[in-house]
Amino acid sequence: MATRVDTLEPLPSPEPERPSARRLSPSEWARENLFGSKLDAVLTVAFALLLAWALYRVGRFVFADARWEVIDRNITNLMVARFPRDELWRIWAALFVLAASLGFGAGAAATSRRRDLEEGRAAPPGRTEVLRRAGPVVALVAVLLWFAGSLEATILTLGVAAVAAGAYLGGRRVRWRAARFAPIVLGGIVIAFLIVAAFGGVGWDNWGGLLLTLFLAVAGILISFPLGVLLALGRRSSLPAVRVVCVAYIELVRGVPLIALLFMGAFMIGFFLPPGVDRPSLVTRALIALVLFTAAYVAEIVRGGLQSVPRAQIEAAQALGLSPLRVTGLIVLPQALRNVIPGLVGQFISLYKDTSLVFIVGLTDLLGVAENITKQPDFLAQGLIVETLLFASVIYWTGSYWMSRESQRLERRLGLGER
Amino acid sequence: MRRWAFQVAFLFAVVVVLLYLYENVTDNLRRLGITTDFRYLRQPAGFAIPDSDFRSSQTLFDAVLVGVQNTAKVSLLGILLASILGVVVGVARLSTNWLVRRAAAAYVETFRNIPVLIIILFWYLGVVLRLPPIGEAFEVLDLVVVSNRGLVVPWFDRVGAAGLFLVFVVLGVVAATVVGVWRRRRLERKGEPARVLLWSGGALLLALAVGYFAAGRPWVFETPERGELATSGGLRLSPEYAALLIGLTLYTASHIAEIVRGAILAVPRGQTEAANALGLSGFQRLRNVVLPQALRIAIPPVANQYLNLVKNSSLGVAISYYEVTKITRVSIAQAAPAVQAILLLMAAYLVFSLAIAAITNFANRRLALKGR
Repeated sequence: MATRVDTLEPLPSPEPERPSARRLSPSEWARENLFGSKLDAVLTVAFALLLAWALYRVGRFVFADARWEVIDRNITNLMVARFPRDELWRIWAALFVLAASLGFGAGAAATSRRRDLEEGRAAPPGRTEVLRRAGPVVALVAVLLWFAGSLEATILTLGVAAVAAGAYLGGRRVRWRAARFAPIVLGGIVIAFLIVAAFGGVGWDNWGGLLLTLFLAVAGILISFPLGVLLALGRRSSLPAVRVVCVAYIELVRGVPLIALLFMGAFMIGFFLPPGVDRPSLVTRALIALVLFTAAYVAEIVRGGLQSVPRAQIEAAQALGLSPLRVTGLIVLPQALRNVIPGLVGQFISLYKDTSLVFIVGLTDLLGVAENITKQPDFLAQGLIVETLLFASVIYWTGSYWMSRESQRLERRLGLGER
Repeated sequence: MRRWAFQVAFLFAVVVVLLYLYENVTDNLRRLGITTDFRYLRQPAGFAIPDSDFRSSQTLFDAVLVGVQNTAKVSLLGILLASILGVVVGVARLSTNWLVRRAAAAYVETFRNIPVLIIILFWYLGVVLRLPPIGEAFEVLDLVVVSNRGLVVPWFDRVGAAGLFLVFVVLGVVAATVVGVWRRRRLERKGEPARVLLWSGGALLLALAVGYFAAGRPWVFETPERGELATSGGLRLSPEYAALLIGLTLYTASHIAEIVRGAILAVPRGQTEAANALGLSGFQRLRNVVLPQALRIAIPPVANQYLNLVKNSSLGVAISYYEVTKITRVSIAQAAPAVQAILLLMAAYLVFSLAIAAITNFANRRLALKGR
């Protein structure tokens, strides 16, 4: 901006008042949004008919034609498949721990948000916000409980919800920065895992259904994250040898479909081991394939974050005499990783959906169970696959839709793309 | 100096790990009496491929080639259909019509958040295989026969020599190019509307029509006839092909629609306002001002979606569509060495990926606005 010397320049006029958005009456709204022109009117009528027909067909199927008995009787199978039934208490215990840690984390996050609010950096929440945010998940849990039709499960679920709410209120009392509660959430996940798998528990080879799907997705992203960060750093390294190896790995993996890697896990990993070593279970091998696959994508996401850190930051750190390791660890990575959180959530969502591919190599994840139960003697050859696939896709859809919504919110809150 | 030492040590470590794995693989294979080279590809396949001329006495290498062809068949048509549907839905998401906008959003949110494998399985097991058997197949306008044995569409049937016709095809393409260049020059000199599509397309069609009759009608357009147990004539799309194509198209289109929507929003508002000020109609504004700019922005991410579509076509393995992944799976089950077969499979996909990346990079360079 040019230097201002001319004192005669008029003072900046106050912000012109925006015409207040008048609420349209229903007929005005319809004229504006549905029948603006002849073409609009035709489109509206055509789409209204089409949508009405689709809704009628889906509604009639869901509430009248579908035979939900196959889901009713297999709800536990769909959730955990071959998991031993007398060890189910471990899963409930794990759910309580998860609820506590996630609730606490969310509460602590809300605290830091309240500080943002007080300082005018965030918009106050709307009245219906909580309902809108939790809506899809609550609806899904309700559907699951309806199918389970068990009083015990309902009470336990309410207990889990109560623990989550209590932990949330507890979390709001602490005044921590955001970085502090990440270890708590992570710790919660690890403890939950140990409760199920360790101390005489059930190893993941015997997990199945939704439990296996979630395990593969969460373990996949957690293990591939450090690998991806290393690959991204390697790709940005000033050492040509390191760079070439990392680029070769990333591009090779991104050029082949996940199913090819899963085949590699299923048929090839055994050959890589020295003679005499037993090959790991199919679940482990599938997890290895998922990790190898996801690491390449995480690396590309992290690379984007690394590139977003201004060069001046690195130069300033070097000027302070920090060693290269410290420049990366203390200056570059913390800023880069903060910028890639939404990208990582997106990768997690796509991993969550992609775990369905393990069904092709013969694992009984959620999709695997959904397919298998149509072959039970009672349900064989009755064409129930539509019901079971619909049920599975509702679970996938809710999780993935809910996470992408939350990720968009997070993106707005972090103010990414605004700088 | 330290940098060099580190790099040498790093490369050394990588090579040692790779050699160790290689040693283990060859060791294990030898002990199990499995070949360690690619000569197995010359052996007869021992399995037939549905919907192709492939016989089980042909070599495994031929089988892989058929698989690559089938992958290309479903990918190319899928890319075409997904692009069209994606652009339409992306534009519809920004429609001024509330209902159209919400319907497009519902479509996108539904298909983006469900695993593509479930979409494909649903179309295969839930829709295509549940169509009526051939005896009760329904026909659309006497042209398309729809049954649980697939879709039969009208197609050309070859009855005569086609050599002369092919010459005319080449001539037609040349003529169309020349006419196109001429029309564009005229536009630049005299400001006459170019109408390249009309003129070039006309020239091509004319050449094709002349060639068709000059060669003595080598092709006959045949509509399928429905029999009791089979259909005759026309081109049959197998149920597997149809389901995979529909599933891939619907899933990829939902992603492309989001990209197109973002690209349209990224076109500066001033462009729309200027088009309005010039008195262009809504369609003209979209066709001549907004979309040409938006699609340029959209090319790189859409190219990524094309790559994803090709890779997702590997899910044909779940519904026994014999693309290259399914062929690999079957050949492993038929005692082909798994390690080599999977390496070959990965190589095939890398070639596909590189080809598509090369084409789209070329398109991006050609279409990118210069001088910005």
